[in-house]
Amino acid sequence: MSILVSVRNLTRVFDVSKPWLNRLIERLPKALLTAVSDVSFDIPEQQVYALVGESGSGKSTIGKMVVGLLNPSDGLVEVEGIDLSRETDIDKVEAVRSDIQMIFQDPFASLNPRWKVRDIIAEPVAAKGGDTDGLAERLLEQVGLSALDAGKFPHEFSGGQRQRICIARALASEPKLIVCDEPTSALDVSVQAQVLNLMSDLKDEFGLTYLFISHDLTVVQHMADKIGVLYLGRLVEEADPDTLFTRPAHPYSQMLLAAAPKMDGFGREVPPPQGEIPDPINPPAGCAFNPRCPLAIDICRKERPELQQIEGARVACHRIEEALAAHRAVEPA
Amino acid sequence: MSDPVLSVRDLVVEIPTRNAVLRPVDHVSYDIEPGEILGVVGESGAGKSMTGNAVIGLLDRPAAIAGGEIRLKGQRIDNLPYEDMRRLRGKEIGMVFQDPLTSLNPLLQIGDQLTETMLAHLEITETEARTRAIAALDEVGIPAAASRIDSYPHEFSGGMRQRVVIALALCAEPSLIIADEPTTALDVSVQAQIIALLKRLCRERRTAVMLVTHDMGVIAEAADRVAVMYAGRLAELGPVRDVVQSPRHPYTEGLMGSTPLASRGQHRLRQIPGSMPRLGSLPDGCAFHPRCPKAQDRCRANPTPSLDADQGRAACWFPVEQLEDAQ
Repeated sequence: MSILVSVRNLTRVFDVSKPWLNRLIERLPKALLTAVSDVSFDIPEQQVYALVGESGSGKSTIGKMVVGLLNPSDGLVEVEGIDLSRETDIDKVEAVRSDIQMIFQDPFASLNPRWKVRDIIAEPVAAKGGDTDGLAERLLEQVGLSALDAGKFPHEFSGGQRQRICIARALASEPKLIVCDEPTSALDVSVQAQVLNLMSDLKDEFGLTYLFISHDLTVVQHMADKIGVLYLGRLVEEADPDTLFTRPAHPYSQMLLAAAPKMDGFGREVPPPQGEIPDPINPPAGCAFNPRCPLAIDICRKERPELQQIEGARVACHRIEEALAAHRAVEPA
Repeated sequence: MSDPVLSVRDLVVEIPTRNAVLRPVDHVSYDIEPGEILGVVGESGAGKSMTGNAVIGLLDRPAAIAGGEIRLKGQRIDNLPYEDMRRLRGKEIGMVFQDPLTSLNPLLQIGDQLTETMLAHLEITETEARTRAIAALDEVGIPAAASRIDSYPHEFSGGMRQRVVIALALCAEPSLIIADEPTTALDVSVQAQIIALLKRLCRERRTAVMLVTHDMGVIAEAADRVAVMYAGRLAELGPVRDVVQSPRHPYTEGLMGSTPLASRGQHRLRQIPGSMPRLGSLPDGCAFHPRCPKAQDRCRANPTPSLDADQGRAACWFPVEQLEDAQ
């Protein structure tokens, strides 16, 4: 199984300072927001790698850097061994670019309302001067719509149908990697099930690789082969779904899983998690989770923990043993 | 013993359009007891928010109540004059909206917004109102309430803002709160905090809550009873455990089955084919029949009887038989 995407020490810093004149008059320092900080992971071919995290955890920023919509501040993203932000050979870059496609969250905003569905779907191929004869019609049938829909405009479709059109467009250039940024968050559950099933089918049929970005743990658990949990731009835990959901090792993953609503949680009275995600402009020193962590000790406030291998997972925590013990105490296996 | 706080009977909301009269809410009946959380679930366009807005009298024209009655603590409120309804709104019925960013005035300090509400509805002085406002903020879990009362909404995070909105809904001590997707815009951990807060307030103050959401997990955890809506009608109404674990209506069954939580460990999610019909083109008979795996001629020809508030769980000609029924 070869590695399709390899992300190394990826970092992205945004300058969110006020305009320079305000800074001069109000004597303010520059404000830098570290959205992604030193994240490394690999995605093997034909696998689904999921990134989960709450808002502000940097998951969408990573997605944008993988497709090349943003340049990394530091570190690199390699797709098929080619670093898109540094490669100088334009032919190689072009070749890799058509292997990467993206599906966005909001199917209402991501389709041009003035274009016919046929043109929207064929655009990735047409832009490269490819043959688009009958392409849109074929793809529409593949995503469960009718070939006759090619002559319609986006406003004639419901949310779920529009997301199918987005998927058809992503498939047009026969990509290897599709980055899905919250593809079903805007959809109702029954439609979400249809779209997720479609995505699984297409993955098997075309041998696709997905980078799946979501805040919904249940969706991620269903779709992913491997899950990376992000907190404040840092990868805190990486494991396969079974391991993560039965034995979360990082205190943040544990908190997130405990907070997620459960279908059999009738009248469940658990103490809700304390606190909120800290300000990413002034992140806490040491481990980013330490102000909310029940197990935090001095070292957590000083040193940032490295990811370390533990029983088939990678976890960045100084207190793994204690965290695992705490989890065993709550949920005996 | 206890009379229901809210009692809705055969509520019909209609929107006249050029071609037809649409019915986003069609003969809906339910009760909410004091201290009870009624969850209202359904997909977008099922009429759940419309029902809530009808109760609080906030229907946007041309939508209007066309039939049925709404009683709050025994008093009819659906035909009140505008001024009387205005006095009732905020005092007897509190409202929590989905987006905490847009439901607070960005130009006013939150203290002013809280005291304004109380001064409008309660006979108290400004100093009293301020003391009560601080107590209300304290109760919803805002740290250092006395010093944060003079902050503006933008100085709070999303979760804290939603707490302020809840404090605002509670400050005149209403007997009913309508919470329309209160946690949809929030993160999982903050959602858990807000749900826990709503449950605690509901228990301590015996406030009735109508919790409108599309999230089955939230319903399962928070609600006492659930009303499932489909195309403007009640499809199923019953205690949360029964509805979630042994649904009777094929739509509820499909809805529960299609959440990834329910199909854990399966390769494919269960899905309901098709999508909800538009209000302008509802099929004859049961509105769900084109998507229903068990539809028969009777479903295609005859509309299902609407559910009563107190009897009958599923509005279906052929409800799903559950194992325990056989015993």
